[in-house]
Amino acid sequence: MELFNNHKKLFRAAAVLFATLTVFVAVLPALHNQENNAPLPQSEPLSASAVRGKAVYIANGCVACHTQQVRNVDMDKVWGTRPGIAADYARNHRIDTWRNTATLMGTERTGPDLTNIGLRQPAIDWHLTHLYNPRIVVQQSIMPAYPWLFIIKENPAKEDVVVNVPAEARDEEGGKIVASAEALDLVAYLQSLKQVALPDGRATPEFLYKKQQAVTTGGSKTIELDGAALYTANCQGCHQQNGEGLKGAFPALKGSSVVLDNNPELMVDIIMNGYTGRMQEGFGPMPPVGTNNNLTPEEVAAIMNHEKTSWGNNAKKVTPDQVKLLVEKVQSLTKDKK
Amino acid sequence: MKAFFSIHSSAGLLACLLLLFIVMLGASLILAIRVKQLLAASRKSRQDGHCKPLRAYLQQFDRSQLTQLLSFRKNNQKAALLAALLLSQALLQPLNGLAQPTAKSVHSMWSETGVLITLVLIAIPVCVGVLILAARVLRVIRQQRYKLVRDEAEQLVEQLAAADEDIVTSLVKRKQALEYQLTNYELAGREQADDEKGLLGNVQNNDSLPFVPLKKKAVQRPPVSGELSKLVLWFLGCASFWLVFGTSVGEYIGVKFMAPDADHVSWLSFGRLRPVHTNVVFWGWASMAMLGLAYYVVPRVGNNTIASIRKGWWSLILINAALVLGTLTLMAGINNAGGEYREWIWPVMALFALGLLISLGNFLQTIARRTTKEIYISNWYIVSALIFTAIIVTVGYLPFWQDGLGETIVQGYYMHQAVGMWFMLFTLGLVYYFLPQQLNRPIYSYSLGILAFWAQIVFYTLIGTHHFVFSSIPWWLQTVAIVGSAGMIIPVVAGTTNFLMTFSASRHKISSSYTLPFFLVGVIFYFTGSLQGTAEAFRSTNLIWHFTDFTVAHSHITMYGIISFLLWACIYAIVPRLTGKEAPQITVGTHFWLALAGLLVYTVPLMYGATLKGLMWKEGKPFIDGVVFMAPYWLWRAIGGSLMWLSHLFFAWNMYKMLSGSGVPDVKDLALEQLKTQHKNNEQNILSAE
Repeated sequence: MELFNNHKKLFRAAAVLFATLTVFVAVLPALHNQENNAPLPQSEPLSASAVRGKAVYIANGCVACHTQQVRNVDMDKVWGTRPGIAADYARNHRIDTWRNTATLMGTERTGPDLTNIGLRQPAIDWHLTHLYNPRIVVQQSIMPAYPWLFIIKENPAKEDVVVNVPAEARDEEGGKIVASAEALDLVAYLQSLKQVALPDGRATPEFLYKKQQAVTTGGSKTIELDGAALYTANCQGCHQQNGEGLKGAFPALKGSSVVLDNNPELMVDIIMNGYTGRMQEGFGPMPPVGTNNNLTPEEVAAIMNHEKTSWGNNAKKVTPDQVKLLVEKVQSLTKDKK
Repeated sequence: MKAFFSIHSSAGLLACLLLLFIVMLGASLILAIRVKQLLAASRKSRQDGHCKPLRAYLQQFDRSQLTQLLSFRKNNQKAALLAALLLSQALLQPLNGLAQPTAKSVHSMWSETGVLITLVLIAIPVCVGVLILAARVLRVIRQQRYKLVRDEAEQLVEQLAAADEDIVTSLVKRKQALEYQLTNYELAGREQADDEKGLLGNVQNNDSLPFVPLKKKAVQRPPVSGELSKLVLWFLGCASFWLVFGTSVGEYIGVKFMAPDADHVSWLSFGRLRPVHTNVVFWGWASMAMLGLAYYVVPRVGNNTIASIRKGWWSLILINAALVLGTLTLMAGINNAGGEYREWIWPVMALFALGLLISLGNFLQTIARRTTKEIYISNWYIVSALIFTAIIVTVGYLPFWQDGLGETIVQGYYMHQAVGMWFMLFTLGLVYYFLPQQLNRPIYSYSLGILAFWAQIVFYTLIGTHHFVFSSIPWWLQTVAIVGSAGMIIPVVAGTTNFLMTFSASRHKISSSYTLPFFLVGVIFYFTGSLQGTAEAFRSTNLIWHFTDFTVAHSHITMYGIISFLLWACIYAIVPRLTGKEAPQITVGTHFWLALAGLLVYTVPLMYGATLKGLMWKEGKPFIDGVVFMAPYWLWRAIGGSLMWLSHLFFAWNMYKMLSGSGVPDVKDLALEQLKTQHKNNEQNILSAE
């Protein structure tokens, strides 16, 4: 055949075929998605510090292990309140002359997804300690340590952010560990990663492949949720597996008067609305974990019961119904305050 | 739900009894048939009244029987004849079969466990009794058959006694015919052997038992110009260096999964070294090896010389420069914002792309000046791979369509095309040349190669976005990618069939060659690895495997199992021809087995662990549980990785040996040199004497 024996015709045919397919499968869809996209009304542009922090995130290749996408499948529910949509990425532009637009959606989830980390873990102290060495706060973590984002200072200035690191986790002795500008920027970027609510009236995309509800047997008795697993997923990062917290950073739940109190109202309030009551003791503010992570009253009850009965704690258990009423109560209280 | 074969499961016990019943029924049927046959046979022989004619037996006697028979005849020892015949014939038909004629049927109403157990207990002695009975019946049958044979033998003896001279002559003749033997000189003749045309090589004078089986040496090919061979060897040498470097980095980051605090140096942190590993093995090892081999293949299949060797050197220098700069920038934290295999910033990638373009122009000029009419299929694949990669890099780095999700769509396209249109297409082109060359027979089907070529372009181009299934890119685009992934079955099956059929007629050559095992492994992984990719693309499998280490295992099966094994095969095929030196076969074998074992130890546990981890995520287990769960599988990965890395050291050693030889000069060369100096000295002596 002529085509097969004429190199000009043959290679031109192959190139045209490939280029045409490329246009239809990559270039046109990319252009279309770029044109027909706009940020959600409630989203805010990154602060100057967060922009610099994003550069640190990119430079250190965090995308190798952390995704930033909540897929529309049920198992991704833990990473956000709704599946991601195109508008979530509308503020992602080319960085500079030298570098492309950042590709941070990721294809590996060796570490947790970070789409909503700003809500899930807003505490700056936690992030700084975790960056200095992740194993201080998450014992089983395999994330790299980033001590080069910190400076050792003998006499930190007043505006310096000092990080409280246990002696055994340090590389060298003496001085205080102070967060560098890069570390603070990176944390600012992580804090900025939040899912934005869709404008009213717009349908939220659904999570597909829902887990089938286990059939309840024996009347109306509901299945008890695994409080230990929920604690691991939602609380352990700060309060630790042994419930003892970290000295000078996160308070202990073991023997805590709030946990042991027979009136669960304050505990529910703290979980749903956060807590700043022990700041003067050096503990950071507690984020509203229950609200941020969309925990149901049943889940909150399971977590509370786990905390009330573990590590030597022995307090009266709560029921989901009890918690449900209290959640409604504390939520209406905060609304009144606003 | 009870287990089917538990003691509490009446269904299981009933099934057992039913099975027993069926066995007994079958056995009794066999027995009945046999008895019937036997009865029929004996009735028939009684009706006929005599055995087969003597002539029929004459053809059936074997050599020893004939010898005996003739000697009996000589000595007239007729009595002994009967015994001999009985001995040789009676042993012929061994009897087999179990049989048994009764059985018991069990009704479902007897579902009580106790009743069932009792039934089983009764059935056991009944079965044993039935078996003994069967054995006895069989013995009777055997005796009956023995009697029949004996009768026939007696008749034969009578016939033989009455035999005339004609029969004796024919028996003697038959004996001679059976004793005929070749002299072993029919073909060779009795003259001294002589290799006039220089066809023999690889002659071994050392008769000691070899530790490893000796494989064939590389066959001499038409000589290659020294200039070109130097360029090819430089490409392959650089590729080997980048392989050892890139996989050392890979080995180290693999270890970091177990020892995250191995170092606290920013330049060596995981996130920075991972792209160093991937980019070096991609653009350094595989790409340079491919280009080096192409500089040999492209002119050869067009039966002419390369257009410009100079351009080849430029290509080599530019690509090496890109690798050095790219590695340094990545370690310093300067990267192209995270896109996989696109981590080099554009000035670095531009050097690499320029290197490719120079080679592309060079190859096109070479093909334009070919002396063959047709363009051999290798050049279709190789040149198209270069053209497509130029398009891919351009699309991937141009800034016009990269805002928002445009970036993700382009990234999916870029990374998968870089894998499939650069490495896969190019390597397939090399295999279409080297595999037939090593097997010394043409490719099985040229048409299948052409079909695979066009099908690969049509389907592979579509599949990029299957890395972002369930993400916020358009649903239809995800579906197109999944359909394209399924379509990849066509080129993969066509290619694999083509290679395996080329292999099939020369299967025996595999064991005597040290390059063919590499080809075979590469082709097998081409099939399994590519189809695994198809399997991973579906939404249902994506649900479990996406984001886990399954992807890592898959990319190693393909980039290592397919690409690297095929490239090694080509390198071991070509380098000895260029340098005239071969690597020690024992280290080539060590390289092969370490690499293969390492790859399996690396990938199988990782796929298993990743699947379970995906299921844990699906069940909603806390994330950190999945991390803890993977620890043993990451350890296996590091062990497998270490074996792979070790194999690369052997490969580097083999390259060194093929480039520099053993260091000890050849005895024949040394003797020739001494003769030369002697000759020179003699001439000088004569001159000075004059």
